[in-house]
Amino acid sequence: MKIHEYQAKQILTQYGVKVPEGKVANNPPEAFEIAKKLGGTVAVKAQIHAGGRGKGGGIKIAKNPEEAKEIAGKLIGSKLVTPQTGDEGKVVQRVLIEEGLNIQREFYLGIVIDRSQQKLVFMASREGGVEIEEVARTSPDLILKETIQPGIGWQSFQARKIAFGLGLNAKTVGKASRLMSALYRAFEETDASMVEVNPLVLTEEGELYALDAKMSFDDNALDRHPEIVEMRDLSEEDPTEIEASRHRLSYIKLDGDVGCMVNGAGLAMATMDIIKMAGGSPANFLDVGGGANLEQVKNAFRILLLDENLKAVLINIFGGIVRCDVVAEGVVQAVKEEGVKVPVVVRLEGTNVEKGREILKDSGLDFLVATDMADAAHKVVQAV
Amino acid sequence: MAIWIDENTKVVVQGITGREGSFHAAQCRQYGTQVVAGVTPGKGGMKQDGVPVFDTVQEAVEKEGANASMILVPAPFAADAIMEAVDAEIPLVICITEGVPVLDMVRVTHFMRGSKSRLIGPNCPGLISPGKCKIGIMPGPIHKEGSVGCISRSGTLTYEAVQQLSSRDIGQSTCIGIGGDPIVGTGFIDALTAFQEDPATEAVVMIGEIGGTAEEEAAEYIKAHFKKPVVGFIAGQTAPPGRRMGHAGAIISQGQGTAAEKIEKMRQCGIHVVESPAEIGSAMQDVFAQKSA
Repeated sequence: MKIHEYQAKQILTQYGVKVPEGKVANNPPEAFEIAKKLGGTVAVKAQIHAGGRGKGGGIKIAKNPEEAKEIAGKLIGSKLVTPQTGDEGKVVQRVLIEEGLNIQREFYLGIVIDRSQQKLVFMASREGGVEIEEVARTSPDLILKETIQPGIGWQSFQARKIAFGLGLNAKTVGKASRLMSALYRAFEETDASMVEVNPLVLTEEGELYALDAKMSFDDNALDRHPEIVEMRDLSEEDPTEIEASRHRLSYIKLDGDVGCMVNGAGLAMATMDIIKMAGGSPANFLDVGGGANLEQVKNAFRILLLDENLKAVLINIFGGIVRCDVVAEGVVQAVKEEGVKVPVVVRLEGTNVEKGREILKDSGLDFLVATDMADAAHKVVQAV
Repeated sequence: MAIWIDENTKVVVQGITGREGSFHAAQCRQYGTQVVAGVTPGKGGMKQDGVPVFDTVQEAVEKEGANASMILVPAPFAADAIMEAVDAEIPLVICITEGVPVLDMVRVTHFMRGSKSRLIGPNCPGLISPGKCKIGIMPGPIHKEGSVGCISRSGTLTYEAVQQLSSRDIGQSTCIGIGGDPIVGTGFIDALTAFQEDPATEAVVMIGEIGGTAEEEAAEYIKAHFKKPVVGFIAGQTAPPGRRMGHAGAIISQGQGTAAEKIEKMRQCGIHVVESPAEIGSAMQDVFAQKSA
């Protein structure tokens, strides 16, 4: 789960991380009031979940409250296109107004999970404000890394290694060390999957601030963090994906016109692949899960049909725990209830496959039955 | 022969009185697996379909001689269940449960260092040595006894591959679903090492997914140490970057783990990578044809 910059800053502040003074504005008059209260030059920052906001024109400097109001007026309600939003962009609902700082230097700090080491890793670089992926490509030597030992946690010597490595002076190293352990504690205690402060800035006054902050969380751990769940902004998510997640279905909208319904993430991806190889283009990823029941299959099918671009549907089920007759029954009921206007190709295999195929045949509905994956992909592409 | 499990394996099912646990314990027994005990804290002394239930894994080991555990408990309790099995020195722990928090797995992995146990999973279908023992949720009948080892990060896609093999009369020695999560107990290389030493395994099918670098590392290992032919497939060639595809593992991020990168690396290391998931079985058929030629 992702959250906004202002929310990440709220969390980090609780752990003692310094952030610029500021507040969220939902409309231009609020932006004016906040900027007036802060005084002087302020930053107006669009709050959307995607990164690369600076490049997309979503972060502007305002010299006075009037300007802040004007910029907020332009940003709020507009579609912001950044390198990470895709061409369709994202609508800005609110902006964060923050005091300006006297920036001396900028750095990068982040914590991620290293799969191969199976541990958390702290990363830092002198190239603040630049995406870490970019630094990793162009100058990997500039990235400092410290592995965190589970059960032992983040140690002061590791923080000192990074702080001195970033070229901070003795006076600032203590502050940096405290800031890093705060980030680590925030990560551990919220079950984060990523924490990033980019840039971390050193001001002329010698203070360290998280000028930007990004956090995302492990969906599997949200049950134990109700306070994080409350931060979820549904307007940032695709409505169909929200509907799918309510039914515990894993759905991702794509650009194509062949709808797919598959059990298992790996098989679902492989099905998308084979559709593409047959010359088609998948409209979605949809995993009905390992233990899908009749209702689940019906819901999945209904959600699939919400896509207006759909020209054909491919159902590929390999029954293990999921029985093919249950899937067939669900599909038949869904088709009868929803009234499907596009061709539906069905490929069933595994547990109770004969019964499943019979149900499809006896339904009186016009399914295209495929014998295997290649045949299914071929049939569905021809049907488009 | 097979790896890790055979007709002598004695299984304890953690969570045996739950809906999933009771169902799959019965399915495994029906396949011929020796399910000797179950564990549900607080229900010690009762029986589940004739299988004795204990309060702790330790008791199941002491009284019934369990040497493998199948875990089917709800996700919030999975890490604790794994550690209990490890503490009881169960040599093989298979965690089927999906949705285990990643930081729980960071702690579990740390807890297991230096232990006598191997963990498979979490979020996996388990493993099966056809004709001998099934510990997991895969459909038994699609499998066939034989000489191909299967290792996969995905569940149903493994069934697909197995079906393609069996329908061509190519049997399997052992099929392992290692799980799709970012942190899993057993990786490709662990399984490959075991298949290398297993005389009954003549060739291997390796099915990967986008995300992470496990397939690349396995490919390096195969090039350097693995002497048997390997057929490979990577799911997610058409997946958009930055999106999580069901499995937490299936996400391309930080310029790592694209299907193209993995496929290229695997080919460089001598793996027969098929582009289409429908060609896994026929590629293995070709491998055997070449071997006998």
